[in-house]
Amino acid sequence: MNKIDNRPLTVRSATKIYGAGPGRVHALQDVDLDIAPGEFVSIVGPSGCGKTTLLWSIAGLHHLSDGSINLGAEKIEKPHPSIGMMFQDANLLPWRSVRKNIEFPFEIRRKEPDANKIDELLNRVGIAGFSDKYPRELSGGMQQRASIVRALSSDPDVLLMDEPFGALDAFTRDEMNLLMEEIWAETKKTIILITHSIQEALFLSNKVYVMSARPGRIHKVFDVPFERPRPLKLMESAEFFDLVNVIKTEIQHRPTSNITAE
Amino acid sequence: MSDNKSDTIPSFGEAANNKGQRSVSSTGGLGGGLGIHSMAEVLAIIAVAVIIIGGAEVLLRVFEVPEFVMPTPSAIVTALVVHFDEIAPHLGHTLIELIVGYTIGASIGMLLAAFITQFPFVEKIITPYILLLVTTPMLALVPLLILNFGFGYTPRFIAVGLAAGPMVMINSATGFRRVDQGKIALARSYGASTFQIFTKIRIPMAMPMIIVGLMMGAIFAVITAIGAEMSGGGFGLGSKLTTFSSTLRTAEFFAVILILAIMGIMIYTFFSWLGKRLAGWES
Repeated sequence: MNKIDNRPLTVRSATKIYGAGPGRVHALQDVDLDIAPGEFVSIVGPSGCGKTTLLWSIAGLHHLSDGSINLGAEKIEKPHPSIGMMFQDANLLPWRSVRKNIEFPFEIRRKEPDANKIDELLNRVGIAGFSDKYPRELSGGMQQRASIVRALSSDPDVLLMDEPFGALDAFTRDEMNLLMEEIWAETKKTIILITHSIQEALFLSNKVYVMSARPGRIHKVFDVPFERPRPLKLMESAEFFDLVNVIKTEIQHRPTSNITAE
Repeated sequence: MSDNKSDTIPSFGEAANNKGQRSVSSTGGLGGGLGIHSMAEVLAIIAVAVIIIGGAEVLLRVFEVPEFVMPTPSAIVTALVVHFDEIAPHLGHTLIELIVGYTIGASIGMLLAAFITQFPFVEKIITPYILLLVTTPMLALVPLLILNFGFGYTPRFIAVGLAAGPMVMINSATGFRRVDQGKIALARSYGASTFQIFTKIRIPMAMPMIIVGLMMGAIFAVITAIGAEMSGGGFGLGSKLTTFSSTLRTAEFFAVILILAIMGIMIYTFFSWLGKRLAGWES
């Protein structure tokens, strides 16, 4: 269905420091990531562990204090056309209809929107009949579906998801997770998901990175053993439950390192 | 709407809101005021109008109130029709003052708002002076303006512009200050330039408040134009108000008031419509 990209995404000793002097915050400290093309990875961690900073840096929206981010041979220092981003709470523009929202990236890039592809995606996520509606007329789940179409319509190789389903109710969230699992299987895009939900991370990813705070660094990586396609029932299985608890313990009992000792 | 606002200066749109006026409210959306929904509502509106206007007519006649104290509604309408030829040219003068003064003032106000909100430091320095212009009645300047610019249109253009401009500016600035970092980041993630962010994110986000500002500015423009005409004399509806009242032509006086009331309703209706068209998403 889509071209398959073979560029890996690599992050090397990514460091980000906000402010200066005694009040400065080490948001990221020497973070290394190697994400293979077509891999679905999640990043979980306590609030303030720098996961959003990391994702926004990969999106080219933040500048690192030190280190580098590469897509294949290309260094990412500003937003890259092959990297798409899905934001918290759908982030649709309320003054535009669903279709106009989806065409927004094309407008910004001064390109003709690919109407066939957009229709196909609208159909795929099940909101084909709603393209002339305004965001406020849609439920949270439908808004997120529109946001998925917006992110995929320009066919990025890498899709970054910044806690996109955090505001949804549990049922809608399950639905969206199932949809994302299917979409990933169909498109084989490289996806990096940031989430507070360990279940969501485990259900969707091949790998789960656990970050710790102050300074923000990758603390542990888990390979997710479950076979695909994954049914929602997977989340009720004992294995799944056990792995959730292992990761939860990992996040809760990781002592916050002392900055002065670094 | 108020969630996104990071400003500290109260806007006039909000002030109107807090008093529970029906004009422009963020909760009811722009232009919620005069929306008519059903036949029953239309009938109710007509019934109330008949009771109030008819009641006034009857009471004034029963108690034999002299016309120079308070003319009956029918006398006012009659005066408007009979003396329309006398009043019409003055309506024209007033409209010219409003259109020229308002266009200049509102344009400068809007541009200034768009510009200074991009530079928080400049904004901090300039805003107190704009507030000063908003709160000072520009009518107070009219005698001085006449002294400097004569009895023609010029002092009135200036007064109208000075009344409308700061009002448009202060409200538009509130709109432009509504920065939603998420939406700006969205645009940036697609490689948007600063100019694209301005035209495709900031302006649409500011639009509801810009329209509030334009409406407040228009209302203040009318007040100031009429006031300037009353103190300047010679031409314009305000000057006719002075003449008619001083010659006890009370019916004609109220005929002019009626024109002004219609003008006010038209301004309100126009901006409500504009608000629905351009900022209807915020409701």
